[in-house]
Amino acid sequence: MSTVFIAFQTNETSRGIVEAIEEDNPTAVVQEQPAMVKVDVPDSMTIRRSTIEEKLGRRFDLQEMHVHLITLSGHIDESDDEFNLSWKQ
Amino acid sequence: MQIDLRTVSIKPIRQTFTHVADRIGPDKAASRYQEGVLNVQADANFHYRPTWDPDHEIFDASRSKVQMADWYAFKDPRQYYYATYTIARARMQETTEADFEFVEKRGLADTFNAAATRKALDLLVPLRHVAWAANMNNSSICAYGYGTAITAPCMFHAMDQLGIAQYLTRVGLLLGDVSSLDDAKQAWLTEPQWQPLRRYVEDTLVLTDPVELYVAQNMALDGLLYPLVYEKFDAMLTAEAGPTVSMLLRFQSDWFAETSRWVDSTVKTAAAESAANAELLSGWAAAWRDRAVEALAPLMDMALGAEAPAALADAVSAFDTRAAKCGLAI
Amino acid sequence: MTMTNDATGTAKKKLGLKERYALMTRGLDWETTYQPMEDVFPYATYEGIKVHDWDKWEDPFRLTMDAYWKYQAEKEQKLYAIMDAFAQNNGHLGLTDARYINALKLFLTGVTPLEYMAHRGFAHVGRQLPGVGARVACQMQSLDELRHAQTQIHSMSNYNKLYDGFHSWRHMHDRVWYLSVPKSFFDDAITAGPFEYMIAIGFSFEYVLTNLLFVPFISGAAYNGDMGAMAFGFSAQSDESRHMTLGLEAIKFMLEQDPDNLPIVQHWIDKWFWRGYRVLTLVAMMLDYMLPKKVMSWKEAWEVYAEQNGGALFADLARYGIRPPLGWQQACDDKDHLSHQAWATFYQYQAAAPFHTWVPSEEDMAWQADKYPDTFDKYYRPRFEQWAQMEAEGNRFNNGTLPLLCQVCQIPMLFTEPGDPTRICYRESEYKGETYHTCSDGCKNIFDHEQEKYIQAWLPVHQIYQGNCFGPDADPTSPDFNPLLEVIKWYGYNVGVDNRPYEGSEDQTNFRAWKQQTTSNAPAAG
Repeated sequence: MSTVFIAFQTNETSRGIVEAIEEDNPTAVVQEQPAMVKVDVPDSMTIRRSTIEEKLGRRFDLQEMHVHLITLSGHIDESDDEFNLSWKQ
Repeated sequence: MQIDLRTVSIKPIRQTFTHVADRIGPDKAASRYQEGVLNVQADANFHYRPTWDPDHEIFDASRSKVQMADWYAFKDPRQYYYATYTIARARMQETTEADFEFVEKRGLADTFNAAATRKALDLLVPLRHVAWAANMNNSSICAYGYGTAITAPCMFHAMDQLGIAQYLTRVGLLLGDVSSLDDAKQAWLTEPQWQPLRRYVEDTLVLTDPVELYVAQNMALDGLLYPLVYEKFDAMLTAEAGPTVSMLLRFQSDWFAETSRWVDSTVKTAAAESAANAELLSGWAAAWRDRAVEALAPLMDMALGAEAPAALADAVSAFDTRAAKCGLAI
Repeated sequence: MTMTNDATGTAKKKLGLKERYALMTRGLDWETTYQPMEDVFPYATYEGIKVHDWDKWEDPFRLTMDAYWKYQAEKEQKLYAIMDAFAQNNGHLGLTDARYINALKLFLTGVTPLEYMAHRGFAHVGRQLPGVGARVACQMQSLDELRHAQTQIHSMSNYNKLYDGFHSWRHMHDRVWYLSVPKSFFDDAITAGPFEYMIAIGFSFEYVLTNLLFVPFISGAAYNGDMGAMAFGFSAQSDESRHMTLGLEAIKFMLEQDPDNLPIVQHWIDKWFWRGYRVLTLVAMMLDYMLPKKVMSWKEAWEVYAEQNGGALFADLARYGIRPPLGWQQACDDKDHLSHQAWATFYQYQAAAPFHTWVPSEEDMAWQADKYPDTFDKYYRPRFEQWAQMEAEGNRFNNGTLPLLCQVCQIPMLFTEPGDPTRICYRESEYKGETYHTCSDGCKNIFDHEQEKYIQAWLPVHQIYQGNCFGPDADPTSPDFNPLLEVIKWYGYNVGVDNRPYEGSEDQTNFRAWKQQTTSNAPAAG
């Protein structure tokens, strides 16, 4: 089994994003490190615009994640509503 | 912990990096433009020759016939480094976005005069391919040119041209639909009035002297194309059918005004270096100007009708004045 | 930033992200007819990579230029605000210790010039790849890499005003013995063909290796109080996610296009994993020895970002017939040794390095022993203790001989035999009657595959022996000619200031005095 991950700079927006990821991915493991937060999920991860909007209380374009992102792993599949990371094997 | 930092007065032990101080003097603080650009490119002891061009070093001034004692003599009057560049463009895109939104929300494209819409689609949408080639050419100058002072702004210019190609795509989608893009590409590939320009553009894609490419693309072609399309044609369309399309072209006209300052400064600096450079540049500018006029003439006939000859003559005369100010004799 | 609008009165179909992006890029190019395509894209075939259909390229991240400008400008505004605040508030005095600054010296002289090379390299590949989707992604990366070079220069500019060893980073990168390690790495990539460049930099370096530099080290910078480096590092890494995705798409695309591409790509993976791994030797040492407060050991970082993440990646690529790179196992085995061997080398060659070194403190050695229970006490502690003792006796150990360098990675022969950390590893190859030395099976394989390329290497030690590393005023015939002194002058060092032990250095003295100024009213000395 492989793990995909995504990491963000610690700030107010990424707090909402990480909360949304935790809600949509029950197996997510969140690690706080100096100035950053890393989320690991086995096999695949789904990030939903609607959940983030709910957490932040405002409209959110998924491309806005670029501003807070540090790194990620896995294959990306993105649409206007979802951002997915996965390994294919 | 509370520190009263006002009590700390620290005297710097040096003002800037050695290679910057060598140019501006050791006692002066350097600007971010200077530190981000001056001498940033590697210039000695390259390890291997490019397998794709074994006759040259990785960075090699001899790729151009133009010779400079110092390739950092070039100055971008806008003093762009990445941050100032992106922040300037972000502001422009915000205005452009608001303009597009204004036109979209009010359905202005649908009420725009049908004949004018047709004209706009016919001229503007194929130009996305011209902008795309300009993107490739500036990427090429960035890759094979010498010295960050000239190569970095060429990458900015390349990405600007991609942005312009994308804005023209949006104009096509707004005034027409997806099939407008296909029609425009078909025209670009087969309609007789587009062929001289396509030939010009394809001929620039195989130029190997980065400075000649700069002249052919940024000075000659864009120096004639932008005034003709974004001033003359824009004015005619506005007079005929109101300013809707003009709003959608604001980015290009602001951009041309801004970037011309940089293009002029680059050419002027290269020409001022030596009589040999001035002669080379003058020859290139004249030859590519003549070809550009020939390439644009049928398109202006299509777009401007009877006003085309006068508009072309104006554009050439403005171009010649610009060239003369840059120190070229053409 | 989107062209669609829900409130519009027209019946236009709302285009999805993928469709919209395709129209904004894919439709832009055409098959040229006035000039043959092979002249427009002259470097597309000589490497032997077969591409049948560029339309199969999947765009990694679909940013149009307007969105790019918008988000990148937002990042830049944040970043420069932090940089300015850090400088205005003398943020450097909030650092845990001025030893930390030496890691930044390595960064500016060793890494920043590579960011710049990546900018030019991606401009080249972004012009030459015949597929429009690939070209746009490469050009965007070219622009990003210029960003990284310039934000790093700007961020470290403030340190340069106050601390030694930063001042001549540009000059040093083209000359200094150990900086030829990163320089030759990137020169190697940019002189390769465009497809190999994508595997070298886009895939091997960006995807497999840069996390090791930017994530744990930058997190460490934050932990040590350097908000400036934290800001440029994490902000750069946010672009890297796009770059990593490009690298992954590039490899998938090549493998899916034609089965004949597999052996070529596999060789490039083998080569570039090893080339990149060797460059990361410097990072191992930065993490374990140069951060005063340590976040994560090199070994732990390797386990998370290479073994776990790289493992998942290679398991995923197995469906194409790709196996993990040759040398992978050795790199995993070496994680217990790498940083210790590297730091010991720089300690010995302090006189030739423009940053300060030191013997790890007792507390630091306890940390090393805890992180490296199988190796530190057994192989490395005794040496550091002996050097500490010699220092205490006023007899610091300095190595004055010129080391033999590996013909490929250009690192001095400091690595040990696989499985035997007491014996230095040497390999050699014959080519056209000459003997060439390499440091490992990995580097020997690389050499044997492309001898004509690697015999061109500008090896700093050879160059010194050939007399190419002295300034114009050096006189080798003079009786008191000191060749090593002349070399480091030619390197651009501020001799006796940059290249001396941390203990007693100007950095140490100034940092202490300035810190004292923050807490007392006494006028500072100097």
